[in-house]
Amino acid sequence: MDPYEDPPLLSLRGFSKSFAGQVALDRVDFMLEAGSIHALLGENGAGKSTLIKTMTGVVPRDAGTLCLGGVEIAPRSAAEATRAGIATVYQEVNLAPNLSVAQNLFLGRQPTRFGFVREREMRRRARALLAEFDIDIDIAAPLGSYSVAIQHIVAIARAVDLSARVLILDEPTASLDAHEVEVLFGVMRKLAARGIGIVFVTHFLDQVYAVCDRITVLRNGRLAGAASAGELPRLDLVRLMLGRELSAATAVRTPAAAGGDVLATFAGFGKAGYVAPFDLTLRAGQVIGLAGLLGSGRTETARLVFGAERADSGAAVVAGRTVELSSPRAALDLGFGYCPEERKTDGIVAELTVRENIVLALQARRGVFNPLSRREQDEIAARFIRLLDIRPPDPERPIGLLSGGNQQKALLARWLATGPRLLILDEPTRGIDVGAHAEIIALIRRLCAEGMALLVVSSELEEIVTYADEVVVLRDRAHVARLSGEAVEVSAILAAIAAESPALRASEAAE
Amino acid sequence: MKRLAPVLATTAVFLIGYLVCTLTFPNFASLRVAMNLLTDNAFLGIVAVGMTFVIISGGIDLSVGSVIGFTTVFLALVIERAGMPPLLAFVAILAICAAFGALMGSVIQYFDLPPFIVTLAGMFLARGLSFLLSTESIPINAGLYSHLADYALRLPGGARLTVPAMIMLATVIGGALLLHGTRFGANVFALGGARGSAALMGINVGRSTVLIYMLSSLLAGLSGIVFSLYTSSGYSLSAVGVELDAIAAAVIGGTLLSGGYGFVLGTFVGVLIQGLIQTYISFDGSLSSWWAKIATGLLLFAFIGFQQATLHMARRGRLRPAAGVAS
Amino acid sequence: MALRLPRAGLSQVGALAVILLVNWIVSPQFFDIRLQDGRLFGSLIDVLNRGAPVALLSLGMVLVIAMRGIDLSVGAVMAICGAIAASLADSHALPVVLAASLGAGLLCGLWNGILVAVLGIQPIVATLILMVAGRGIAQLITEGRIVTFTSPALAWFGGGSVLGLPTPIVLTLVMLGLTAAIVRGTALGLLIEAAGGNARAAALSGVGTRAITVAVYVWCGLCAGLAGIVAAADILGADANNAGLWLELDAILAVVIGGTSLFGGRFSIPLAVIGALIIQAMNTGILLSGFPPEFNLIVKAVVVLAVLLLQSPRLGLKLGRRKP
Repeated sequence: MDPYEDPPLLSLRGFSKSFAGQVALDRVDFMLEAGSIHALLGENGAGKSTLIKTMTGVVPRDAGTLCLGGVEIAPRSAAEATRAGIATVYQEVNLAPNLSVAQNLFLGRQPTRFGFVREREMRRRARALLAEFDIDIDIAAPLGSYSVAIQHIVAIARAVDLSARVLILDEPTASLDAHEVEVLFGVMRKLAARGIGIVFVTHFLDQVYAVCDRITVLRNGRLAGAASAGELPRLDLVRLMLGRELSAATAVRTPAAAGGDVLATFAGFGKAGYVAPFDLTLRAGQVIGLAGLLGSGRTETARLVFGAERADSGAAVVAGRTVELSSPRAALDLGFGYCPEERKTDGIVAELTVRENIVLALQARRGVFNPLSRREQDEIAARFIRLLDIRPPDPERPIGLLSGGNQQKALLARWLATGPRLLILDEPTRGIDVGAHAEIIALIRRLCAEGMALLVVSSELEEIVTYADEVVVLRDRAHVARLSGEAVEVSAILAAIAAESPALRASEAAE
Repeated sequence: MKRLAPVLATTAVFLIGYLVCTLTFPNFASLRVAMNLLTDNAFLGIVAVGMTFVIISGGIDLSVGSVIGFTTVFLALVIERAGMPPLLAFVAILAICAAFGALMGSVIQYFDLPPFIVTLAGMFLARGLSFLLSTESIPINAGLYSHLADYALRLPGGARLTVPAMIMLATVIGGALLLHGTRFGANVFALGGARGSAALMGINVGRSTVLIYMLSSLLAGLSGIVFSLYTSSGYSLSAVGVELDAIAAAVIGGTLLSGGYGFVLGTFVGVLIQGLIQTYISFDGSLSSWWAKIATGLLLFAFIGFQQATLHMARRGRLRPAAGVAS
Repeated sequence: MALRLPRAGLSQVGALAVILLVNWIVSPQFFDIRLQDGRLFGSLIDVLNRGAPVALLSLGMVLVIAMRGIDLSVGAVMAICGAIAASLADSHALPVVLAASLGAGLLCGLWNGILVAVLGIQPIVATLILMVAGRGIAQLITEGRIVTFTSPALAWFGGGSVLGLPTPIVLTLVMLGLTAAIVRGTALGLLIEAAGGNARAAALSGVGTRAITVAVYVWCGLCAGLAGIVAAADILGADANNAGLWLELDAILAVVIGGTSLFGGRFSIPLAVIGALIIQAMNTGILLSGFPPEFNLIVKAVVVLAVLLLQSPRLGLKLGRRKP
């Protein structure tokens, strides 16, 4: 920690927070100077959002002190934090899209006379306020009729006008195009020049270096490092975010499988604004890893391959036949399976039993009129509970009552029960305990050995290199590198993620 | 003025409807018929204003018809049997209704229950209470009632702007000012447009929700007073199903049933359209009143379909580009 | 959403037993059943018989609610189907009458299902349309009159009996069995519970939710049609204004009492029927105890609130029942 003379604008010391026994933040310190733009980086589950929520009082912290301008404060809600001078603008703009821009800027504090809002005065003030940001729009139009970029700037203007000294921008750029990002950066620089401290959460490294003075990286709830942007090269930054102790590195590396028959090929497959067109060949008995930072297009690739999102370019050939991957149902009929990253919202049906969750996909494929008998269901459930060691081994327990690792195993079982040819796993080891980690990796290896094709999204690079025969690296929603054989190494993946070279085009990446 | 499109559409439907009526029945084009339209639908207009607030905030209030019924019975009993001065009785019933609405709003807010089922319980409760008070139709003969019934602004052509009509017009104007001109009104829109954000924007969601249902029940009480003036009686079975008419009026008037969008004036036109259909049927003489329901249903379908199509287009269509941004 | 271990519905059965017991206390002849003209009579039989229309409605409603939907139009559909049955009864053969009436119910359900599943309109809004227009349609069919009929074949659906049991009870039992067989005998039940419990997860597992949604509304319409026939047969006529009036609310209430959450997911068909019987037993009890029937609505309101508060996620949290 740097010694300092003046107290920093915002200082957090020893922030800790656990949720139901799981440590989300572990003694994290964070300093923000007035007039600086400070990047807060980390992968999913690193603790960024928990840090922001505890900082703004949305979630109570277990330990730690928070000082704003040298004075200790303890906000208990976002509203209190805003009053104290810490305002947050979320990726999903928290404004009312149906109200006019002016109403949004002044909601709850509209100028009034005799109880009536002075519409003209409010509009005049709104125009004046937005003029500071060089924006000239029809402020009587509903906010929702404007682009996300404008909505963000309106949210920022509202926050700043509420006397914010600290402005937290939580992934504001995720859905903006390049021009809009520039406009937003202009606003951020202007605010910083006025002495406002800005915390900037993003996944885009280019943006970090374009606009930030300082970087703080979190990993697994801990402070992984903090440095000024000029002193932290890209590669070191990526290593801070993803790498563990690199020396401990790559345990047992399985020899690359020879690669069986081609199961599926995707040529120029992609969707505008989602993932740039890519080529991908999946072989039986081969594991392909998808690596990259959060938001780089990993999950998006997986969803396209599974038909959860419809591609608008390219073609997919499965077992020699051109196919239309129009829905998960179509993918299911082709023998694909997909374990999504968001287990709770996209995976489990919490109130149904483990048995019912396991047989769901198989039953969906068989159709309504071809039900699995209760005995068949029991057999399938019992087989996979045994095979995957799901605990407690009670098939009639609602799955929501199981631990994360066991829920994940049950979801794996849901797809294994369908006897898939291709299994897509999105972050299969996230949020589960270490023991389950090892089991799931062992399972991936075993499935592969049995001739299944696997496509695995993971930010655990050390794990990826132990099972993947080939790793596709993604950046900015495009496939940028493909490593195979001996080249599958953590350092090579890190280098590819950190590289500044333009994305591979689908044609160039053709094998 | 793209935002006003639904209201303009509704108004156009009303004007065309009125024109058709006039062409069919030459007598229709009189001020007297127009004023009767206001008087006959005064109670519906008042309660529909409250419904508009509730629906814009993302809720629904199924209890209003029962509250009207309860109000009429209560008034008849306390005025006729207990001899309470009518004005005092009005104040008392408005206070009771407001408390009833506040109670429903609190249950919705603090127990996180769907408004439709809570107000459904409110509907049973209010109807049941009015049955308990009396199951007969009780005439009200108090002096104020006959006085108010006679009082009217006399307009040319034998037309009369009656007290119920005046109360409705005042409610519509007051409601429009409250909804479109105050902080509370803006909060109502914010609640319906972005419930999750409203709290983050510093709106007291709990207080606003309670106030909204309180307003709805209060206006239902006022509507009940008007209803009792109109019929000079109190009956526990009066105004059955009025909640549906009020919802239909709001939707036909351009209010989005999913919340976040709507106009009091649109609702007013929606009420007039329903009244127009009724009047047409009574003029015709050979048509039965059930055509009113079918026509209302068709209009509902047309406007809901219109809303759905607009939503789809808005989602698909391009948003306004960040034009005007100096870069 | 509060997670619970599966329950056997003891509380519903218990509640029904307590209400029946109270009825027996206020009216000692409550459990007396006598056979007269080959048909059973008695208060208990009466509860079952009077409860049949709501029980029939709840058979469809429970599936709709399990899919996170709601059908406000069932009362109006009852009126339509009753009107059709009553107007055709004296001029057409029974199969024609039944086919026309049930076919109308099916079409109504199809209409609702298409609005919800294909046009994507919120269920409460979509079914409101038919709720408003349906009674008008029914009156269109009866031409605004109360249509009466004399056909003994149709009358049997309301006043007849099978082996001593009144026909409405038998019909309810048959429909209960049929619904249970369709839903639990196929994979429909599992898929409904999955789609209602977590629509995104179900879709990603390959469950086609659109067809299922249409199917449950169609079934709901069909059940409402049958309830309409029973109601019409009971009074030997069709009253478009009052047939099935407010019964949609009783049906929703029955489903909620039966433990199915308004937020979809797990459902129980038999418990929904028990819910309907609880409502009817309360109604009968109030009558038997000499209270004016006006108390019915108040008691119903209190029961709705009590059941809702018990299901409320907030209250669950406060009582610490919620599991992590």
